[in-house]
Amino acid sequence: MSEPPSLLIQCIGNRLRGDDGAGPAVADRLRDLGLGDHVREYWGEGTELMQDWEGRERVIVVDASRSGAPPGTLHILDANAGELPRDLRLASSHRLGLAEVIELARMLDLLPKDLKVHAIEGEGYAPGEGLSLFVERAALQLADQLRGEAMRHGAQNASAARD
Amino acid sequence: MTESAQTGTRVIQVDALARVEGEGALYLKVKDGAIEDLKFRIYEPPRFFEALLEGRDFSDAPDITARICGICPMAYLLSACQAMEDAAGVSVTGPLRDLRRLAYCGEWIESHVLHAFLLHAPDFLGHQDAIALAKDHPEAVRKALALKKAGNAILEVIGGRAVHPVNFRVGGLHSVPRRSAIEGLEAMLASSLETAIELTRFTAGLTFPDFEDDYLSVSLRHPDEYAIHEGRIVSSAGLDIPVSAFEEHFTEEHVDHSNALQGLSKTSATPYLVGPVARYNNNQDQLSPLARELAAEIGLGEQVTNPFRSIQVRMIETVYAFEEALRLVRAYEEPEVAAVPVQPKSTRGAGCTEAPRGICYHSYDLDAEGRILTARIVPPTSQNQRRIERDLRGVAERHLSLPDAELQWVCEQAIRNYDPCISCATHFLKLTVERV
Repeated sequence: MSEPPSLLIQCIGNRLRGDDGAGPAVADRLRDLGLGDHVREYWGEGTELMQDWEGRERVIVVDASRSGAPPGTLHILDANAGELPRDLRLASSHRLGLAEVIELARMLDLLPKDLKVHAIEGEGYAPGEGLSLFVERAALQLADQLRGEAMRHGAQNASAARD
Repeated sequence: MTESAQTGTRVIQVDALARVEGEGALYLKVKDGAIEDLKFRIYEPPRFFEALLEGRDFSDAPDITARICGICPMAYLLSACQAMEDAAGVSVTGPLRDLRRLAYCGEWIESHVLHAFLLHAPDFLGHQDAIALAKDHPEAVRKALALKKAGNAILEVIGGRAVHPVNFRVGGLHSVPRRSAIEGLEAMLASSLETAIELTRFTAGLTFPDFEDDYLSVSLRHPDEYAIHEGRIVSSAGLDIPVSAFEEHFTEEHVDHSNALQGLSKTSATPYLVGPVARYNNNQDQLSPLARELAAEIGLGEQVTNPFRSIQVRMIETVYAFEEALRLVRAYEEPEVAAVPVQPKSTRGAGCTEAPRGICYHSYDLDAEGRILTARIVPPTSQNQRRIERDLRGVAERHLSLPDAELQWVCEQAIRNYDPCISCATHFLKLTVERV
């Protein structure tokens, strides 16, 4: 079995809950941009994310956020710069969430050398498919930005956009 | 004891319970030293899956209902499959049955270990969460994560992915795993079994709050094996019925403080218990010799009456699931076909499997073309709600002398005994940005 690519982009979310689908939307766009080998989708249970950090030098996590900022705002958090905001940890009361698992990995010395969280501020999370306008725009922009970063870091298999 | 614990009014309110699956809350009001009101409140909005299924083809039910939960999708997949197979008069046997049981072992492992070591163990060791636990017991947490990974690997190999597997269908599977893929699990399962034994022994050193009750345990029971994915429904009071008779003996009721229906027995006023402790109480004689010996070694008797020991029962079941998974892997022969044909009939079918948290019951009425006319799903946590409230009342009464923070702690711990899966419909980050 071949080694996994050193760059992993983990996109978290639920396509059936409005702007919580921001992560999956970024994943779709990245696949269209030829970065499918580097992209995985998750539903949000933290240990699933952590399990895939093994052997990766660089991990980018994409998720939706709710902070009161205008919809579509992009927050970038560097996991290696220190503990993530405490409220981020409290958000996922029902399993090991993203912030918790980052702290757990830090405690166990399992944190990748480079792990950044890109969180797109959502507008609504009601049941139903489809992103709000600003979130959809932000998701496409983020995907394009991540493709650029991936190329600068030597990501393989990235080809020109097909659309 | 503080004076306020004896007189006046104390309110313990936890608006969002931590380390449970889903959105739940606890409300406890104590007046003049006595409990005046107590509620385990489920406020997560209902998702109307049963209505969603009406009019759909019978073959859609497994994959749709699997979306009810990301922790225990196998329970929904297989309960729905069984119900449809029951309606069609079809049995899935041989290697296809074994693959289902093997996948279910994977689900028990990943769910039990996640709960026992990352969500529940911190309670017993005075830690706020798994992060604090990892500081004091890093090796135990590392090993628990490795076990969970092994459970996920089983699901990935058979089901195509660990969360919401996509390879199961009414009648069997969509594609048969190659023998080499199944054999590839063997070494990891063998080493994981040793780790599971070690972590089970770790639980022997935990201190369990003083509380016992006489439980009405309800579970599946199978004549030949520790029931996981098939069996008759039995109770510790002597009930022994086919799955199809579930609705004659059990019902659900709506209460104002919960968006989830509460399960209750039609023949007993006592709230009934489902889940690992109920399974153990009804079926421990069918565990493997190793699991039984280990249970005795860590202090479990033939009946578990202290719900706080559920963490130990989960680990015993984890050991058993690894043993069973190894047995099934070693005996695996590729089935000749991926699924048996299923021709729907205009009738009702019922299915029930043992989700990690307890029995998960499905029934469907179908028309002659196989369209779903009505659907009924009774998940384990809805059945345990009244039992949780009964435990909470007993635990709170016994610990009323504690200061509020400690009373709240032990009450939350009592809820987590049940690993309640209130269900996860969405998730998002609640993020506060502080700019300086």
